[in-house]
Amino acid sequence: MAHTIDKDLIDNDPEIKKSKILQALETEDLSVSFDDALDNEMILNMGPQHPATHGVLRLLVSLDGETVMKCIPELGYLHRGYEKLAEACTYHEYIPHTDRLDYLSPMANNVAYALAVEKLIHLEIPERGKYIRVIIAELARIQSHLLALGALVMDIGAVTPFLWAIREREKILDLYDVICGARFTTSYTRIGGVAQDVSEESLAATKVFVDEFTENLQEMRDIVERNKIFIERCEGVGYLSKDDCIDLGLTGPLLRAAGVARDLRKDDPYLVYDKLDFDIPTHTESDCLARYYIRIEELLESVKILNQCLDKIPSGAHNALQSKKVLPKKERVYTKMEELINDFMIVNFGVNPPIGESYSAIESSKGELGFYFISDGSGNPFRLKIRAPSFCNLQALAPMMKNCMISDTVVIIGSVDPVMGEADK
Amino acid sequence: MNDDRLNLLKTKLTNFNIEFSDVNGTPALYVDKDNIIDVCRILKEDESLKFNSLVDAVSVDWFRKKNRFEMIYNLVSIDNNERLFIKIKLESRNPEMQSLTAVWRSADWYEREAFDMMGINFINHPDLRRMYMPEDYEYHPLRKDFPLMGIPDSIPLPNK
Repeated sequence: MAHTIDKDLIDNDPEIKKSKILQALETEDLSVSFDDALDNEMILNMGPQHPATHGVLRLLVSLDGETVMKCIPELGYLHRGYEKLAEACTYHEYIPHTDRLDYLSPMANNVAYALAVEKLIHLEIPERGKYIRVIIAELARIQSHLLALGALVMDIGAVTPFLWAIREREKILDLYDVICGARFTTSYTRIGGVAQDVSEESLAATKVFVDEFTENLQEMRDIVERNKIFIERCEGVGYLSKDDCIDLGLTGPLLRAAGVARDLRKDDPYLVYDKLDFDIPTHTESDCLARYYIRIEELLESVKILNQCLDKIPSGAHNALQSKKVLPKKERVYTKMEELINDFMIVNFGVNPPIGESYSAIESSKGELGFYFISDGSGNPFRLKIRAPSFCNLQALAPMMKNCMISDTVVIIGSVDPVMGEADK
Repeated sequence: MNDDRLNLLKTKLTNFNIEFSDVNGTPALYVDKDNIIDVCRILKEDESLKFNSLVDAVSVDWFRKKNRFEMIYNLVSIDNNERLFIKIKLESRNPEMQSLTAVWRSADWYEREAFDMMGINFINHPDLRRMYMPEDYEYHPLRKDFPLMGIPDSIPLPNK
């Protein structure tokens, strides 16, 4: 005769409801009893020290079983007060601090800052300087996207593509070493130009890197994009509608993955982007997979831009001729009286922009990177506000994570690609 | 933004007391803080203006007797590719204004940052907490009367 189980008995007897693993945990000398975590709500603290949060991002996640009910990001663990510090620095002194904002693409920050100051003091730089800046800004975009892509697939579990991405990234750091003398904290731009001209050798080395890059990227794409695990972990995860993306003030790859072709390089062209031929890739799915493809396609567009720049770069001066605003060459400071005086005045008192306000932004790898200056006519800014794309993009984390699985959180953070140096300022 | 568009903007906002200025070539509006929500709704929802994205908010401490604080909102119209700044003058003694989270969701964190750094109070903000500093911190570091070196003992250090 079949053994029938009384259903009421199971519901009322707590011992039967508990899973085997929880029963094994409860021993006789342990007075605490456990609830089954998969049947109950719990609060999980992720970070600030957590490998998948890409820095010191802390998340408080409220879980119902394995489903995320609500997520609260907590910032400020890397807050160094850079906006306060700017009020005590001259405009030149602040350039090294911009390296430490988005430390994955320092060159782009240098360019954004220098452009913002030049807009404030109404200074135009020569063509060669503009081309050099486009080259380093695009190298910075490649550098940042490579780490974003590598870290995204590593968070899903594939370590090999990460190593291949880092291998390419190392080559860019070596190029920086040749161009400006530092691999990581570059501080390469100056107000009115760049610290030193690029040599023919470094341009040739950049050309070699760019020629090999597409093929090396394809190698990584081959093992990632047809991988079933990767696609299933990314497709449909972290969806955010187009209207939500705009309402939340998102910029950069996140916005373009939702089908909005907004890119300051086209919409508000700075430097020489209006003379270059490139496209703005967009996708409409607005999930983690679309964000992956957007970054891959932007890498290929950057290669196109770099190739054109390396062909077109004119010869001539790289710094503007404005002795009261632009730092003179060091060897002339040591030998010429006039340059010594100008150098002394710029270093000690600053460039003294006119009284007023100015906002200038570039399209960095993460979105709109802007600097809002308020000048009171002295050598230091009266107020500097940094519009950091990572800070604004992180605001979308909570809506993206609503009702996703706990294992998807790391994929979503990877696809947002926040840099805490920039988000925490 | 060209002159035609600027005139259109002026006609749309004739009912309000608005002073027009510019920030190095970009138009800026000084809006009275009492009708800020109405003005912002028009800017966002009007079909020809459509400033649908709020990309940043700047808080300023002018360090003077009257209207010491100021908020500057950085608006972008993605459809028309235009940028606009809204400026709101705030009182020195008790700086507070209506939160713009009712119009743009992105104002949430920008206003939390301004509250933390400058001590500006936003009425009807859904979650006005400090953004960067510890919850029990007493000061607002970006105010001009806050020293650059910080205030000793304002953050308790762990016991040795």
